[in-house]
Amino acid sequence: MTITTRPGPATPVSPAAPSPVRLPRAGELARGHARGAPLRREGPAKLTGTALYADDLVFPGAWYGATLRSTEPHARLLGIERDADFDWSRVVVVTAEDIPGDNVVSLIIDDQPILVPVGGEIRHQAEPVALLAAADRDTLREAKARLRLRTEPLAPVFDPLVSSQVFAHFDMGKGDIAAGFAAADLVVEGTYRVGHTEQLYIENQAMIAVPREDGGMTVTGSLQCPYYVHKALKRALALDSERAVVIQAETGGGFGGKEEYPSLLAVHAALLAQRIGRPVRMIYGRHEDIAATTKRHPAIVTHRTGVTREGRIVAQEIDLVLDGGAYCTLSPVVLSRATIHAGGPYDVANVRITSRAVATNTPPNGAFRGFGAPQAEFAAEMQVNRVAEALGISPLELRRRNIYREGGVTPTQQVLRESVAAQEVLERAAEAAEFERIRERTARERAARTASARTARGIGLALGWHGAGFTGSGEERMGSVASVELTAEGAIRILAASTEMGQGTKTIFPQLVADELGVPYDAVEIAPQDTSIVPDSGPTVASRTAMVVGGLIIKAARRLRAQVEERTGRPFAESYLHDAQTWGGTREDERFEPYPGVHFDDETYTGDAYPAFGWACAVAEVEVDLDTGEVAVRSVVSADDVGRVIHPVLAEGQVEGGTLQAVGYATIEEIKLHDGRYLNDRLQTYLIPTAVDAPRIDAILVEAPFSGAPHGAKGVGELPMDVGAPAVVAAIHDATGVWIHDLPASPERILAALDGHEPPGPPGISA
Amino acid sequence: MPAEPPVASPTSLGQAYALLAAAPHRPIAGGTDVMVQIAAETTPIPERMLDLWRLDELRGIRVEGDALVLGALTTYTEIRRSPLCVEHALALVEAAATIGAVQIQNRGTLGGNIANASPAGDTLPVLLAMDASIVAGSLRGERTVAAADFWPAYRRTPLRPDELVLRVSLPLVAGRRVRYRKVGTRRAQAISKVVMALAWREDGGVWRHVRLALGSVAPTPIRATETERVLEGAAPRETVADHAAAVLRGELRPIDDVRSTAAYRKAAAARVLHRLLREEGGW
Ligand SMILES: Cc1cc2nc3c(=O)[nH]c(=O)nc-3n(C[C@H](O)[C@H](O)[C@H](O)COP(=O)(O)OP(=O)(O)OC[C@H]3O[C@@H](n4cnc5c(N)ncnc54)[C@H](O)[C@@H]3O)c2cc1C
Repeated sequence: MTITTRPGPATPVSPAAPSPVRLPRAGELARGHARGAPLRREGPAKLTGTALYADDLVFPGAWYGATLRSTEPHARLLGIERDADFDWSRVVVVTAEDIPGDNVVSLIIDDQPILVPVGGEIRHQAEPVALLAAADRDTLREAKARLRLRTEPLAPVFDPLVSSQVFAHFDMGKGDIAAGFAAADLVVEGTYRVGHTEQLYIENQAMIAVPREDGGMTVTGSLQCPYYVHKALKRALALDSERAVVIQAETGGGFGGKEEYPSLLAVHAALLAQRIGRPVRMIYGRHEDIAATTKRHPAIVTHRTGVTREGRIVAQEIDLVLDGGAYCTLSPVVLSRATIHAGGPYDVANVRITSRAVATNTPPNGAFRGFGAPQAEFAAEMQVNRVAEALGISPLELRRRNIYREGGVTPTQQVLRESVAAQEVLERAAEAAEFERIRERTARERAARTASARTARGIGLALGWHGAGFTGSGEERMGSVASVELTAEGAIRILAASTEMGQGTKTIFPQLVADELGVPYDAVEIAPQDTSIVPDSGPTVASRTAMVVGGLIIKAARRLRAQVEERTGRPFAESYLHDAQTWGGTREDERFEPYPGVHFDDETYTGDAYPAFGWACAVAEVEVDLDTGEVAVRSVVSADDVGRVIHPVLAEGQVEGGTLQAVGYATIEEIKLHDGRYLNDRLQTYLIPTAVDAPRIDAILVEAPFSGAPHGAKGVGELPMDVGAPAVVAAIHDATGVWIHDLPASPERILAALDGHEPPGPPGISA
Repeated sequence: MPAEPPVASPTSLGQAYALLAAAPHRPIAGGTDVMVQIAAETTPIPERMLDLWRLDELRGIRVEGDALVLGALTTYTEIRRSPLCVEHALALVEAAATIGAVQIQNRGTLGGNIANASPAGDTLPVLLAMDASIVAGSLRGERTVAAADFWPAYRRTPLRPDELVLRVSLPLVAGRRVRYRKVGTRRAQAISKVVMALAWREDGGVWRHVRLALGSVAPTPIRATETERVLEGAAPRETVADHAAAVLRGELRPIDDVRSTAAYRKAAAARVLHRLLREEGGW
């Protein structure tokens, strides 16, 4: 790993007192060094097996809960029938009628029921209809088999292109699209498709609900967003804020998959627990988890691009359709991010982007690392690579001629005033991967290839951008709060709802605060993610934790330090214990304030869609087996501008993990459907890359800081997911000469192109 | 995971036979198929299970007369490490190396692969191509079944409820060569999309006793007899390879399923065969 640093933001990041733990600074980090990179906080417990995940937690007297689901994609529910020969006294059954509050999973719109009511509409194959609980799992299994749904089938819709139910749509652009095409020497068109993919966190979804003595409910589980679950719980159980408590257990991965689904599962567990007055455990097995929980939105993206002979892109006309599945969930927000990113990181004068997210009778799709941007940018980069081929210009050179630079204007009319590193990541990745030299070599190999060749090597490049934090005015509306506290006992504590799910929140937050206060890393504690203890710092999504919440705690720490130093007249590190003893505890709450000069208009959908963008470039090398279409991704160089690196090892880990996830999404991961049901809903059939499939990954961290955040960080989690797939598919093209327009570029699709037989159907559509 | 059935763990084959004669038991060897099937509820939960792991009579790899004999409990790791297998059945060693990953290879057995009768069982095409015979036994005695007769229909075997697979016998044939190739979705822990074993003996410049066996292209592991006829008595020249690949494409009747498509399986099988013939022909 290498890090290059640009001049920092106006606000200084260095604390006055030297600290054993500090942020890496310009030029400090060389390959292999992990300076300023303390061990992860929860690492020892995870390594020694003492970390407690939800399923490890023991609640005496707890019952087991299960979900009865529909088995049809679209139907009217006429009744739920119990087998009269079964002893129902040993189980509890909860149906829609038993819900004390509103029968809705509280999210953007109120369309998704917690349980389908009798008389209501079943809209997908995995839809919850009733809940059961029993003291042991055998009884539970048997009881579940004794419930029958009486239904009247309705016609399902599986093709998003024919769906008439639209969850959201956008129409945005700039310039004069007709004039743009008139000025073009060449017009290239293409349609690209992406199917469902599964997050495949290691730990399945899990929730345990425990009734409280005050009549409320405490839910502990695997989740990303404690306050999303809190909101859903209050509404479904008709509880006030204090009597609904949500606690995050150690969480084994999320990738967006634990953004919205945990709300539904928590409410299910809570309904059962409330009914029987005992704790109820709902721990999904892998089969149920894959079958029922959210996937990446399938996308169909059509591009028409006008370009001059000199390689200047002058017009982009893009239409993007997302399949939202049966309910709205977060689809409008996923769609807006996809739409804004659809043109790619290119400054094009004339742009028109239309988009819509529609309903189909398949399980709802939701958040997954990248949140719509990977699908949109796969299409954008495929298109740019095809334009380069059509013009006979190197893909690297074509990008140089079109990328955003400072002062560039995006399709929402956002002026990119600072922190634009498109060129830097492009040049760094191309140089490290020796893109042009290897491209010449693969071209020679291609020209000399005979029928006897068994394999072919290729290289491909893709560039991407990723808006940092929430889209538009989301952050302003959310008004997140995070706090730093000096307790009366002299402990320094961070209070934030941001969750640790493997990415490093619990490590970087203490780093940032220790750095600001000038105290050792180990002197800073982090409070548990428990809604009765920590304020609502917003969800742990959108790569916003390091940038937004990290910024809040730095500011809170800065105020705490100023107060203490004012009272004691000495540096914080030397005086805070004394201060606590003398004046008791001090807590600083920091509420999000809009970044200076950042404005977005929701009505016209124009303005600063994001406070800043992260930039990434990936160069992939592949070897394709020409007999079987199998792809071995040999290496990926990924250069990622994250604003400011807080913890180089963790940041590099995000780039490596995201790149590998992108390689799987590019080459093998594909959910297949029949009658609206996922067919490969087991680990046996939903395959992701293994260690031996992983390429060599070279992560290059670039720092183009964002001045609005006190530390300059822009986030790293999602960025690498945007560029890996188009780079791999470009490399497959370089090797074989065929363009695979649909993801994954599976051996089935590649061999169909090489062999001349009928390719498999499009991804994401149910047979 | 459903309630656990009782498990008997006999220490001699005689005890095992007696238990099987007294009541139906589901045998469990390495458990790498049966445990997964029980957990996924794709098999009925057995009433009783019979743990074979302590039956040393079912272990061992040896040459007996003109055959290589492998006990049913032979694991993939044992096959990979066996000098006898490397010498006499290299294709089986290659197949063993592609199965699952280390843990599965330490635990999964050849007898389990045979009795499980999956069309994707990776050793089964090798056994078909090498004219293996499978020895089954019960209180009533032993009997030998040719591999070609062992998988008559989807996931079916001729084993009776009280019978165990005891061992596999691979005839040693002077001058025989066997090639093996597996096509999966990833480089480890992958069930085959196409798996192929090709055996022949060279005789005066042409191939004799050609056997072409495939897995994952039909409800059972199969021999591609029409293609074998093209290769029988021929030399691996380009025209022969072209013809054989075309005949194989026409002969196979795979299906679309969750792992792959019929079109892919046909094309990949034909192209892999063509490749093997090219490599053997040296053109
Ligand atoms: C992660 C994973 C990866 C795998 N990868 C592969 C792969 O790449 N290729 C492949 O072919 N398979 C693979 N398998 C399947 C499995 O490992 C093999 O089929 C293995 O050979 C089964 O052997 P076992 O001893 O574990 O069988 P068990 O599970 O113990 O038994 C399998 C079946 O055979 C019966 N049985 C076992 N032994 C006898 C006997 N001696 N007599 C009569 N009946 C018997 C059992 O009753 C059961 O029905 C994989 C499995 C897993 C879990």
